[in-house]
Amino acid sequence: MDSSLPPVSPGGLCLIPLEEGIPRCFFPHENSATYLEHAADLKSTGGRFLGLWASASPFPRIYSSVLLKEGLILMVLSLGKDAAGDFVYPSLSRIFPSASRFERTVRDLFGFIPAGLEDQRPWVDHAHWSIPPLSVPPGTRISSQTSSMGRPDYPFVRVKGPGIHEIPVGPVHAGIIEPGHFRFQVLGEKILRVEERLGYAHKGVDGLFRGRTIMEGAKLAARISGDSTVAHSLAFAQAVEQALDFIPAAGVRFMRAFLLERERLMNHLGDLGAIGNDAGLAFALSQFGRLKEELLRKNHLHFGSRYLFDLVRPGGIAIFLGDPAIRDLLTEIARLLEEVLELQRIYDDHGGLQDRFQNTGILSPEIATRMGIGGVVGRASAQAWDLRSGHRCDPYHRFPPALALAHTGDVAARVRVRFLEIQESLFLSRALLEHFPENVIKEEFPINPDITEGIGIIEGFRGETVSWVRLSPGGIIQAAHHLDPSAILWPALEMAVPGNLVADFPLINKSFNLSYSGNDL
Amino acid sequence: MWKLLKKIIKTGILTEKPSHRDEKEFQRTAFSKSLAVRHVDAGSCNGCELELWALENPYYSASSQGIKFVASPRHADALLVTGPITHAMHEALLKTQEAVPNPRRVIAIGDCACDGGVFAGSYAVLGGLEVVLTPDAKVPGCPPTPQDILNILRKAFART
Repeated sequence: MDSSLPPVSPGGLCLIPLEEGIPRCFFPHENSATYLEHAADLKSTGGRFLGLWASASPFPRIYSSVLLKEGLILMVLSLGKDAAGDFVYPSLSRIFPSASRFERTVRDLFGFIPAGLEDQRPWVDHAHWSIPPLSVPPGTRISSQTSSMGRPDYPFVRVKGPGIHEIPVGPVHAGIIEPGHFRFQVLGEKILRVEERLGYAHKGVDGLFRGRTIMEGAKLAARISGDSTVAHSLAFAQAVEQALDFIPAAGVRFMRAFLLERERLMNHLGDLGAIGNDAGLAFALSQFGRLKEELLRKNHLHFGSRYLFDLVRPGGIAIFLGDPAIRDLLTEIARLLEEVLELQRIYDDHGGLQDRFQNTGILSPEIATRMGIGGVVGRASAQAWDLRSGHRCDPYHRFPPALALAHTGDVAARVRVRFLEIQESLFLSRALLEHFPENVIKEEFPINPDITEGIGIIEGFRGETVSWVRLSPGGIIQAAHHLDPSAILWPALEMAVPGNLVADFPLINKSFNLSYSGNDL
Repeated sequence: MWKLLKKIIKTGILTEKPSHRDEKEFQRTAFSKSLAVRHVDAGSCNGCELELWALENPYYSASSQGIKFVASPRHADALLVTGPITHAMHEALLKTQEAVPNPRRVIAIGDCACDGGVFAGSYAVLGGLEVVLTPDAKVPGCPPTPQDILNILRKAFART
């Protein structure tokens, strides 16, 4: 670590490039006027809203995260009670439309009321509780019952007219899929509108974090979304390390970056196979399924876990790579690169496949910009955001991966971005292995004497993954929250589907490949 | 098309044969060579789903051993349940189970379905399949390996 770099100042807006991660800072707000003003300011300077959550102790607060090109800003608003005795805060939905579902979630879980939010329907509340489960003090009802809390029938927005009908799908789907409900408004074969109803996988993660030790918290963070276990573990580790003012060694950073690329490869390979399969090419599923399985077996051989669960921990990393393992992994990378390029040529030359891919499920660059979409989906719609490039973080600035970008925003674009990212990921993995500094396995960090907070943000395979923790003295988690990029991307899927055929929905959905569990928490 | 065919021929058959004993055991089952399974995710983190997907890859190729994932519970002999049974999935799970014709088997896949896993004790989960249904078999693991899942499927259907 270059000690000449000053740390991020938590009060002001000085985002200085950092070696150990994306610059990120807290920005406290005492009143709603400055909070709204600041949000509008961030929006006008090109900020992208990543998510919003609440915390109850020691007093109610709202946290809103906005990503700028320079780094992450976390606006922290302290809440006051209104005349009726409820905690109220101004809704960001007019500035950042994606804030709506987050604010509905906060209302369902904490009972804090977003003033000015148009959508009054519940979100994670499926009528299984009458009192918000995380309310302050516990057991407090909302006095001004504005939401339709406790209603078993969810009021979907309906399209009316001659010949229009509705198709309900889920929460149990016809395959190996997570639970969620989709409501289609259809005219003949054409989808006019699709609306998601999620929350079936809500497990109360925020509540479970409370009172756990850091290592127990890491175990939970690793299981927020199984396919992004490295991403969430890494974000959590960064958050804890920022809270404890701990900077991991270069060897740890290298290994973490390498594991994150393994996860990206594993998922992109799986997605490419599944997308090809949904377009009717079974060959794709078996070929990519084979490559993915071979990668998983190598993971098991060298790291002891097929999906790399519990390897990235706060303070360090739980594995060691010897020279034979590095040589074996380098051979694997060379072989994988060759095979993927071969399969890419088959995809590109396959007329039937391209016919299904092109002009299907278009998320236009304009809408993507307006919604602040990042990740694979965003990059396929010309949104040039990737935390791995354009920052000074180590080790990425040594071997920056090229930004994979496409402009058409259709399924074909999302396939192309995945192919490009696999190649870049393989180049990056190779560079990391060839320049591996030293093996460090460390799991010691200082014990905090006071309450401290930290945030972590990394580029997972889907997009920006965020973790926030507040630690009580002695390393006990007082509160924590994770943001999976899926939460921002689900509304984008709703925008990409209308105008397509019902039969194309699985293909479009697969090309997004979003996490239900990461969204529902 | 040429490239595609060439690739298929070059790849060859990768499916691993189950051990001799396992195969013999499975041959004697009531559902020998034709086991239809339906999966319900009752709020898992999607780790178990990754391994259920892996059963279909060329290495395990569950379908070549007669184990087939079906789209409707009405076509199923067995129900595979993952996740810590969230309150929101409780009703959907019961309805799916009721739709599976008798004789049926219910199998809990993964630590969460076995006892709630890391999510046990939350206000939002019931914690383990046992709370709502009686599982005929359990496959612990976070996530369990495809081999573990295959072994249990074979065992659960062995004639006693």
